[in-house]
Amino acid sequence: MDDLVAHPFFPILVLFCLAGIVVLALLLVAQKVGPKKMDPVKAEPFESGNPPRGDARIRFPVKFYLVAMLFLIFDLEAVFLYPWAILLRRLGTYGLVEMGIFLLIAAVGFLYAWKRGALDWE
Amino acid sequence: MRQFVDQLIQNGYFAGAPKELVYAGAMIVAALVVLSVFVAPLAGVTSWLERRVWARMQSRVGPNRVGPQGILQWLADGIKNLLKEDIIPASADKFLFSLAPYVVFVGFLSAFVVIPFGRELIVADLNIGILYLLAVTSVVVVGILMAGWSSNNKWSLLGGMRSAAQIVSYEIPAGLAVLTIVFVAGTLSTQGIIKGQGWAPWDWFLFYNPFTFVAFFLYFTAALAEGNRTPFDIPEAESELVAGYVTEYSGMRFLFFFFAEWGNLYVIGAVATILFLGGWHIPAIPALADQPILKGGLQFAVFFVKAYFWVFVAMWVRATLPRVRVDQLMSLCWKYMVPLSFVCVVGTAAWMLIWPQGNRPVSMAMFLLGVVILAMFSKRVGYQIRHARPVLYLRPYI
Amino acid sequence: MEISTAIFYLVAAVTVGSAAMVAFSRNIIHSAFSLLGTFAGVAGIYVFLGADFVAGVQVLVYVGGILVLILFAVMLTHRITDVQITNRSAGRIPGLVVVAILFVLLVQSIGETPWAKAKEVVYKATTASIGDLFLGDYLLPFELASLVLLAALIGAVVLARQEIKE
Repeated sequence: MDDLVAHPFFPILVLFCLAGIVVLALLLVAQKVGPKKMDPVKAEPFESGNPPRGDARIRFPVKFYLVAMLFLIFDLEAVFLYPWAILLRRLGTYGLVEMGIFLLIAAVGFLYAWKRGALDWE
Repeated sequence: MRQFVDQLIQNGYFAGAPKELVYAGAMIVAALVVLSVFVAPLAGVTSWLERRVWARMQSRVGPNRVGPQGILQWLADGIKNLLKEDIIPASADKFLFSLAPYVVFVGFLSAFVVIPFGRELIVADLNIGILYLLAVTSVVVVGILMAGWSSNNKWSLLGGMRSAAQIVSYEIPAGLAVLTIVFVAGTLSTQGIIKGQGWAPWDWFLFYNPFTFVAFFLYFTAALAEGNRTPFDIPEAESELVAGYVTEYSGMRFLFFFFAEWGNLYVIGAVATILFLGGWHIPAIPALADQPILKGGLQFAVFFVKAYFWVFVAMWVRATLPRVRVDQLMSLCWKYMVPLSFVCVVGTAAWMLIWPQGNRPVSMAMFLLGVVILAMFSKRVGYQIRHARPVLYLRPYI
Repeated sequence: MEISTAIFYLVAAVTVGSAAMVAFSRNIIHSAFSLLGTFAGVAGIYVFLGADFVAGVQVLVYVGGILVLILFAVMLTHRITDVQITNRSAGRIPGLVVVAILFVLLVQSIGETPWAKAKEVVYKATTASIGDLFLGDYLLPFELASLVLLAALIGAVVLARQEIKE
């Protein structure tokens, strides 16, 4: 028990369980206490009063996927920058040059994406 | 937190109980207290305050019936939502539909683990504090996609996808702006970042160098966009997509999404305070030296006021600015904020190498610049308030 | 059994169970969302190993980035729920035999590998050490990683090129 409680991440576990319990409890209460008059109109998808039409799964433009891809790449670059941020003072100019190369390559990629129009939305 | 419990044990409380059990119990009680006494009323009062602030800014009254000045409005709304019928659309994916509010709620609530309430009062001072905060707020995106898809409704899906694309895009400038401060502080832990600052405004990281000054505005804008707040609230645009990804949600499930949204406002303000505004620092008053409870209370009050001020600013922005179009939103992020935040990062790194101990005159100059900008802004706002011509003069005591 | 061991087994069960759901679920959307459980479980296992920075990065990158990417890809595909993802060409019995052989091989190799065991798990800040390694001993892989990211970026832009040029 001691090593579990002394673990710095233990409060997160407590919070997860607590959030789960709270959500479950409130939803259970809501289900028990609320009225249950289900009717076909209530069960339809909501379209501001129009009768629902067509399949709910429509085809999406690919720019969503491109945005997610761009996010992933720049997020990884930010993740690589975090350890350097902590060691900045210790590594000095040498670290700056190393990261400078890293950031330069990232900037080249960013510029390429910009010129190609990947950063435009519609 | 641990030191706090140790102090209590030394002072004779919990005598006789095994230490681990005391720690575990204290942790569970702390989490419960944080959740029920702090987060729930905070999110609720924020929702009431938002409606009041909007109303007063639009020369109307706002909710003022339930309780003194309407402050219990959120309780009434909460109980009402609890009593509503739990409707799940017939063609919706039941399991994912029920799971989505939980994912969003957990993603939001876990942020409170690293937000300090005072020098010793933090649920857990993780070594990766700020990184943990960024990681946990990115879990919300998955919940939103879950909600959008499982509702089996075109508008929900479109709203969910757009919201996910927006949140995900704005995480980059937010993360890089936070990184700028990590350079200055040298640690990822939230208490460590606060301890690197002082109580005086020119000791705050906000005025440390011009790059951190810009980084603050980048962070705040990106955080507003991540929280789906105006002017970036396309996914919730009432006039366009009904309610976006929460269209099919009603009753308690709906409340969980909005609970997370209002609570997130406080998280934004708290993170801005931790990183840029000096956190819980108070000037060293000799009279308080041996009164830890009073000192802790004062520190908490200072932190809370600073954080809540930014909640008020977010509401103010929502009442004032029009909505940004989705392509403007995306180009703002990728073409302006991302390059600017990279410039801030590199600039701060170079600055830290040239002046490792900080440059006091520049900080003071930045502080004076900030004061001048604030004075000019307040003058303009005062002018607008004095010369506004409301159609109806109301006297609702505030 | 101590409570921390029990919680470790719980986290491991969540990870493996979600991974099983990813593989076996009939509904591809359920598969995609089960990855959330898998990635979060892996982050939990990193926490047990004392790798706090890696756990945070796991959640940030995998859950916040890769899972979102996979979800977008799945949701962008037209009428994906109509697709049958079972391949019946090979038959069940040969499949089971191959899986059993692989399982035995894996268990043997895991059992016989001399794992480097730490005396006890120490929870200290790992970010600084990781930074030291990145910018010290492993500098070349680090710079190569940025080239890999560049290649991924160019690939993504090229793949989406048709839609953009229209």
